Formats: sequence, C-alpha cells, structure tokens
Amino acid sequence: MVHFVLTLVVLIAVLAIAWRFLGAYLAAVYTGRATWCSFAERPIYRLLGVDPEREQTWQRYAVSLVVFSGVALLGSYLVLRLQGVLPLNPQHLGGVPAALSWNTAVSFLTNTNWQNYAGETTMSYLSQILALQMQQFVSAAVGIAVAIALVRGFARRGETTIGNFWVDTVRGCLYVLLPIAFLAGIIFVAQGAVQTLAGPVLVHNPLNGVTQLIPRGPVGFMEAIKQLGTNGGGFFNANGAHPFENPTALTNFLSIALLLAIPVALTYTFGRMVGSLRQGVALLAAMVIIFGIWTSFTTFAEAQPNPAVAAAGLRQQPTGNMEGKEVRFGPLNSALYGVASTQTSTGSVDSSNDSFNPMGGFGLLTGMMLGEVTPGGTGSGLYTILLDAVVAVFIGGLMIGRTPEYLGKKIQAREVKLASLGVLVMPVTVLVLAGVATALPVGRAGAFNAGPHGFSEILYAITSQGNNNGSAFGGFGGNTVFYNVVGSIDMLMGRFGIMIPVLALAGALAAKQVVPNSAGTFRTDSPMFVVLLLGVILIVGGLTFFPAVSLGPLVEQLSHGRFF
Amino acid sequence: MLAQLRGAVVLTLIAMVVFGLGYSLVGTGVSQVLFPSQANGSIGPDGSTLIGQRWTGPGWFHGRPDSDNPLVANGQPGSSGPSNLGPRSKVLVAQTRGLIRYWQQHGVKPTADLVTTSGSGLDPDITPADALAQIPMVARATGLSAARLRRLIQSQTQGPELGFLGPAYVDVLQLNLALSRLR
Repeated sequence: MVHFVLTLVVLIAVLAIAWRFLGAYLAAVYTGRATWCSFAERPIYRLLGVDPEREQTWQRYAVSLVVFSGVALLGSYLVLRLQGVLPLNPQHLGGVPAALSWNTAVSFLTNTNWQNYAGETTMSYLSQILALQMQQFVSAAVGIAVAIALVRGFARRGETTIGNFWVDTVRGCLYVLLPIAFLAGIIFVAQGAVQTLAGPVLVHNPLNGVTQLIPRGPVGFMEAIKQLGTNGGGFFNANGAHPFENPTALTNFLSIALLLAIPVALTYTFGRMVGSLRQGVALLAAMVIIFGIWTSFTTFAEAQPNPAVAAAGLRQQPTGNMEGKEVRFGPLNSALYGVASTQTSTGSVDSSNDSFNPMGGFGLLTGMMLGEVTPGGTGSGLYTILLDAVVAVFIGGLMIGRTPEYLGKKIQAREVKLASLGVLVMPVTVLVLAGVATALPVGRAGAFNAGPHGFSEILYAITSQGNNNGSAFGGFGGNTVFYNVVGSIDMLMGRFGIMIPVLALAGALAAKQVVPNSAGTFRTDSPMFVVLLLGVILIVGGLTFFPAVSLGPLVEQLSHGRFF
Repeated sequence: MLAQLRGAVVLTLIAMVVFGLGYSLVGTGVSQVLFPSQANGSIGPDGSTLIGQRWTGPGWFHGRPDSDNPLVANGQPGSSGPSNLGPRSKVLVAQTRGLIRYWQQHGVKPTADLVTTSGSGLDPDITPADALAQIPMVARATGLSAARLRRLIQSQTQGPELGFLGPAYVDVLQLNLALSRLR
C-alpha cells in the first residue's frame, strides 16, 4: 500500500514534468517554432506536393483529413488481405479474412485498436508493423492535429484558416511521436520486451518435460508507440499482460506514464496557445478530479476478494482480486493501468478486464462512457473536453441570461449546435448499437459469460469502440461478420462524427473577433467553471448511460451470493 | 481534389516506410546490438524466464495454474490470454474449487495466486508467499528441510522494481533450476 502511494506520487511528478515541458514543446511544434527536424520535413512536403506555408480553411482541412484517412484505411486493408504473399511472415500465415481486415483497418485508423483477432496466430510481422504500427503513429498525429486546429480557432481573430492538415500531421509524427517512442522502445527492450524478426522459437525443459513454441516478433518498439499514441493495440492476444510486451513493473509504470503524457500535456499547450495558462489549468483540474475519483474507486474495488474465488472456499485474498492478473503487477497497479487506459482511449490492458470485480469493471466501463475526456486520447481528449466546455458556458449563459463567451469568443447558435452534435454523437451511437446488438440473437451470441456479465460484455464492446478506446471484456466473441461490421460503424462514428463538427467549430471560431472582458463575463478559469464543466461531463456520460450500466455491473454487484 | 489524393497516397506510403518498416527495423537493429538476450526472448537452455511453464509433481514449485502453458498447437504457437471468467461465474467457482482441492491433497494451504489464472496465461512469477505456501509439499517430496527451502526462496526473491514498483516476486523457472541444483 505504501509502495502504491509512492507509485502514484512519482506518477504525478512525472506527469507534472510532461505537462510543463512536453506541453511547451508541443506548442513550439504546432506554432512552427521547433525546426530541428526540418531537414526531414521539407523533402516530405515536396513529395506530398504541399506548400507548408499555405494554410487551409476548415472545409479544406476536413477534406484533406477524410481523403487521407480513406487512403490510409485502404493501405492497411490491402496489407492485411495480402499478407500471405508478402514478406516478413515467418509463421506462413494466410491473408486475413475480409470482414476482420475491414474491422481491424478501421480500428487502427480511428486510434481505437479494438482487436477481433489474436495477434500471434493471425498477423504476420509485416502486417503488425506496416498495416497497424504505421496507423499507431499517424492516427495519433491526426488526433493532435484536429485538437490544435480547434485551439487555433479559439486563438485567432477574424481569420479564415485553421492550419494545414498535412503539416500538422507530419510535424506531430516527426517532432513528437517518433523520438519519444524510439527512446521508450529501447527501455521496453532493455527490460525484456522482444524485438526480433526471427520467428517463433522451440524450447524444451528436461526437468518438467515441457516443450513450448514461443511466438516472438518486433514487439518492444510497437509497445512504445501503442502507449504514447493512446492506441492500445498490442502484438499479442494478451496485450500488456504478456511478459514479452510488458515484462516488468517498471515497463508497466512507463506504459501508464506514456499513455497519459500527451493528453495531459496538451492542456498546457492549449493554455499557452490561447494566451492564458489558467484556462488550460481549469481543463486539467476537471480531468484530474474525475481521474482521481475513478482511480480510488477502481483500485479499492480490485483490492477486494474475487466473489467467485471466495465462494469456492478461499475467503482470504489479502492482495485482492488476482483472477486474470499478473503477479509482477498485482491488483493495485493493474487497476491503475486499467483506469488510465480506459480514460485515455488507449484501451491496452495488463490484466483481464473481464475478470475485474463488479465495481472494478464498473469503473472501467463508466470511465469510457464519460466520453474519453479525462484526459482522453492524444488530441481527441482535448477537442472533446473543449466541446464539453462550450456546452458548459452555454448552460452558464442560460442561467444568467447573457450571451455566453469562451476565451473571448461569443458562443452563438452555430457554435452551440456544433458542440452539442459533437457531444451527442457518441452516446447516441453507442446506445442504439448496443440496443440492436442485445436485441438480435447474432448479437447476444457474442457474450461469453452468462447472466448480467454477458450483457456487460456486449455493452463494453460497443462502448469501447464508440469511444475509440479498444479495451474489451475479453471473453466477448467479436470476430463475426455482424460484430466486425457493427463495430466498424461504431468506431467511424466515434472518430469522424466528432472530428468534423470540431473542425467546423474551429472554422466558425477562427472567423470571430474577440469581445473584451467585462464585469459580467463568466470567468472560465475559475473553480465555478470547473464545477460546471464537471457537471456537463458527468451528466452527459452518467445520466445517459445509467439505465444501461444498471443492467450490467450494478446488477452484478447487487446479486450477493448468486452465480450465473 | 486530385492534389489531395496525391498527398494522401504519398503520405500513406511514407508512413508505411518510415513509421512501419523504418522504425521497427532500426529498433530491431539497435535492440539486437544493445540487448540481444532480451530482444530474442530471454531464452536459456531450459526455456524463457519470462514465459511460464507448467510444473507437475510435488517435487517442484508450481507457478500459476494457467491452462495452456505448452504453446504448441498444430505446429503453430497457441495464443496467449486470460480465462475471461467474470467475478460471478459458476464456471470460475467450480474451477477454483478443483484447484483448492488439488492443493489440499498435496498438503498445501493455497494462496489466491495459486488458485487463480493470470492475465497472459503465461505468468512466469509467483510471490514469495506463494512459494512459501508450497514448502510442505516440496520438502516432503525432495527430503530437503523447510529451512533450506525458505533460504532458497529468499535468495530467489526479486523486486519490487526500483524498490517500490509492483510486488516482490519469484521467477518459477529460476527457482526450480536453483532447486534442481540442491536435489
């Protein structure tokens, strides 16, 4: 327990450093002040046929984003389909089936990394790095680009452009993701993550007669970008629980720090770019409060005994619920990892979420339902919480009967409509699709566990994909044509259904002039604003999903002594 | 529009070459030079210290009761993963009952780690407490004294990492290799 508290303290210290310095660096990258990589950057723009000095309107920015996403999606899809005839395939795996390739390509494109396959028995090394790891870089960079475009919308006055999509995406990859991921990759490998192109290795131990064929691959460096880009898709089926992906408690800690670093730092970048750090601190405060509550709640739940193990006769479980958990992490670190991963849209796991205690699973599921804003994914966390903030000032404005303003920009009908659209896309998509899946026999067949936990598995799957998270209650059988297609719709809505309104909002805001502060201005760097923002986040997530959640984890928690 | 399409195609190809292939290949090169043992799976003559093995018989310390430790299936590696049984699963209750009975038959008072499966299905470690609990079984089968086995476990205990990250643990393969030298 003392060790765990110390872990939290060190994590906070590391993130504080990331907030201040990575945040400032991100601001330098996206305002063009960082130039150390321009030797590599300029030739790329020449090849792309892009003039980096020429900015785009929000419409052009959105078209570039959609066209690029379409092509990148097709690229990944083709590699997966053709892996059987492509190199770097030591296990001689055949092409990935069409529906699964489609779901997987959409999944990595949208930064979701939902996996309806087991990596070590499905994907060639080439597929892992060319189709999937490639997307782990660009999908993260695109997320940050959209967030920065929205921040520019707030920061600019009377302008028609919000930046250049190609420049923002390339700079994000080159200046931010590549160097940090490379350094982290070296640490992962030093600790024991594998990184080789050689195929599986056969070992035999004469002492116990065990023969094993151990799968390997280029894992450690993929692990680094998987966490840093809040992607979450691992090389192996067991994801971050696999000792070759996450070999020690140190890499486990590094994973948590990496996946939180950019989303947290972006609140500093935001404050810097709009000219008031306090505005960024207000967003960060809301994030930290929710993250803190969910972490305490979920770790406490996992420190309790597993009810099924207790019912079997082992009441003494002093460390907590160990079903589905690795000894080198234990329940507390696993619960912290789970919360960090579900609230950042990362979705990697270092333990079986499916076997968490009812209230632990509740913590993970509801963490996603809040819309991935605490602190959310790379970029997606910032742009989604800014939509919540616009809704919050609108509600504040209604209360006092004044046209609301945020960062000096008047929030009028168009802005409120766009923000509301962006906020509501996810809950509507998730609830409708979860309803459809539960109503149809083909949907119910996906549940692996019986009783309320089976419903939780379906709800978790749809929530996870709709929020571009990618974690799962892993017993869920998603590799069917039905779930591959439904999941892809879910993920595309959760990504582009929010990004496009965000870019439209960015365009609308950039065109506005700034109105000077007056005595009647509602201060958005005040504790009162933080409370209002928390209210919006909790009401949109909490109340919308309460009926659904009460049929899953809540029923499970309340069925004392009953097993299904 | 055509200009956008050109940009999209070229950027996809660049991303595949630089962030797909280049990043991985350079990473593999650096790893193979700096940390060849780790990069290839920490594999010794008896297996990998990071991949759990199934130990049977009372003469050895057992790891987590993971179901499919031998990874061979039709000449292909099997896939890793947990049981995914929920906290109110009848199957989990029945499975755990069987494991508790197994340990009691061997004179061991089981700990939670010894009757629950891991997140990877390959957990290479147990806690020192899990190892200590197995001393009556191992002592009877090997004839080694309990005090000797306790010292052995102590000498094989590692972690927490940096003194505070994660629990202390014992690598079961290393523990049994050390035990085989005593036997």
